[in-house]
Amino acid sequence: MKATALTLLVLVFYALHQDVWNWDRAEPLLFGFLPIGLTYHAVYTLCAAGLLALLVRFAWPSGLEPDEDGTSAERKEETR
Amino acid sequence: MIPAIVVFLYLAAILYVGVFAFRRGKNTSEDFFVAGRSLGPWVFLLTVFGTNMTAFAILGSSGLAYQRGIGVYGLMASSSALVIPLCLLFIGTKLWSVGKKYGHMTQVQYFRDRWECDGIGTFLFALTALMMIPYLVIGIMGGGQTLEAISGGLVPYWFGGGLVALVVMAYVFFGGMRGVAWVNAFQTTMFLLFGGIAFFLIARNLGGFDRIVGEILADPGKAPLLTRQRISPEEFFSYSFIPLSSIMFPHMAIMCMTAKSVVSFKKTVVWYPVCMLLIWLPSVFLGVVAAHQFPGLRPGESDDVLLRMLSANTHVIVAGVLGAAIMACVMATDSQIMALCTMFTTDVVSHYGGDRIGESRRILAGRAFAVLFTVIGYVLALSLKDIKSIFDLAVRFGFSGFSALAPVMLAALYWRRSTKWGAFAAAAWVVVVTAALWWMQEASAGIAPKPGQSPVPIFPALGDLFLRTPGGVTVHGFNPVMPLCFGATLLVIVVSLLTRPPGHETIRKYFPAEAENRA
Repeated sequence: MKATALTLLVLVFYALHQDVWNWDRAEPLLFGFLPIGLTYHAVYTLCAAGLLALLVRFAWPSGLEPDEDGTSAERKEETR
Repeated sequence: MIPAIVVFLYLAAILYVGVFAFRRGKNTSEDFFVAGRSLGPWVFLLTVFGTNMTAFAILGSSGLAYQRGIGVYGLMASSSALVIPLCLLFIGTKLWSVGKKYGHMTQVQYFRDRWECDGIGTFLFALTALMMIPYLVIGIMGGGQTLEAISGGLVPYWFGGGLVALVVMAYVFFGGMRGVAWVNAFQTTMFLLFGGIAFFLIARNLGGFDRIVGEILADPGKAPLLTRQRISPEEFFSYSFIPLSSIMFPHMAIMCMTAKSVVSFKKTVVWYPVCMLLIWLPSVFLGVVAAHQFPGLRPGESDDVLLRMLSANTHVIVAGVLGAAIMACVMATDSQIMALCTMFTTDVVSHYGGDRIGESRRILAGRAFAVLFTVIGYVLALSLKDIKSIFDLAVRFGFSGFSALAPVMLAALYWRRSTKWGAFAAAAWVVVVTAALWWMQEASAGIAPKPGQSPVPIFPALGDLFLRTPGGVTVHGFNPVMPLCFGATLLVIVVSLLTRPPGHETIRKYFPAEAENRA
């Protein structure tokens, strides 16, 4: 359930990258000089950091870290 | 000349950082090639980010924004800000893990073991090494262009490029991966610090960006630069496949092996987009502003607009310091040289030489390759000057091909049923299609439209299937990277299903949890 929700969230966020509604317009200008198309993608970039923080918290791949000495349980078993 | 002197001092400083790293290193091949797998979270973040911030990112992005407008940020930066960290999270961590468990230092070592086949490793080694060369060359080109532009032409391109190549070669030679990592961390910090300063100084000198943007809006010829009218939605969408290349670039994959702990990836994944924003946003915006201040530059000439902006709008000393900061990013070529050394030493010399090649000989071979590849890169940078724009060169030969190899890596890491033949088929697809696209690009050079003009059919009988745009060839309006990726994915799946998978022991080795569940 959690994995499905996060996958959907990533897909929706990816789709939001294609902001066709900003294509032909420059205004409004943020701070009087930043065109809307650029402002949108600057905010998108910051939101990407937020989304990635969520993924790190809730979708971190498991079974990555070998033991303290740098070898995995599997390798130790092979050595034995 | 003063800005150039500041850059020379900067080069001396990074040489010192590289040599200092050499003094801290141990005389083992793991230390030389992957910094003893010892990089902590912040150095890892700055190094990984610095490795991706090349001449392409800084000079290429502003040069392209000069021609095509603010859409360049969304085209490359905001999509990369999502896709690259996702690759690091789901592919980089896995690579780190198998590297640490089984002692791998390169992708090729992993592929050979994962698919029980020397040939697939050798094929992918040859392919990736070949595709790395242009990426290496643009770094040296960028160095030469930076020094030439910043010194007002007093330092010639051949000398600037040669100097950059020499400095990079020296700290790779002595410091190995630790030298590269420390220098990259130093350079990224420097660029992040001084990039913002440059942005505000230029704005102040121009009387405020609001005034300039108002003038651009009022000019019908330049107003489209503040929109995405010069980029089609199809091209914009398909470019989001390009950042998949990040994890297949050998220097990025090798960099993933250098982390001390998998926890180092967490900060990198989260902070990577913020770093992208801080560097790309000013670069792209200044590229558009430059179109107002320096109108009429052709695509190849517009690659140095950022440096022109600095020289024209800041004090000579400031321009020198900030030029050095740009140089910091341009010089990411060190990672490519380091990756090529590691690959040739590990995947060729050690692999075929076996136990006869001791630790000290491996390091010696790595250093010899550092010299060799620097010389090759420099010679190519001299002969290709003014022929192609930096951006085109990088995208066409490097990024698209590496992106299309990402399905191979995904299959290796996540799909136990994938086979060497599936990987071979996908890699062969990349070779054949890239060669065909290169031919089409060259053959259609004569009919290439100018920025702002409509695309032209390359084969009128095929309608809109292959179009020539100002940037290159498209397939139904999409960047060729998209069909390249889809084709590679399809081939790796279909051919894997039709061929025999690796043995049970190998599957158990690389998918222990799944193997246990099945048992």
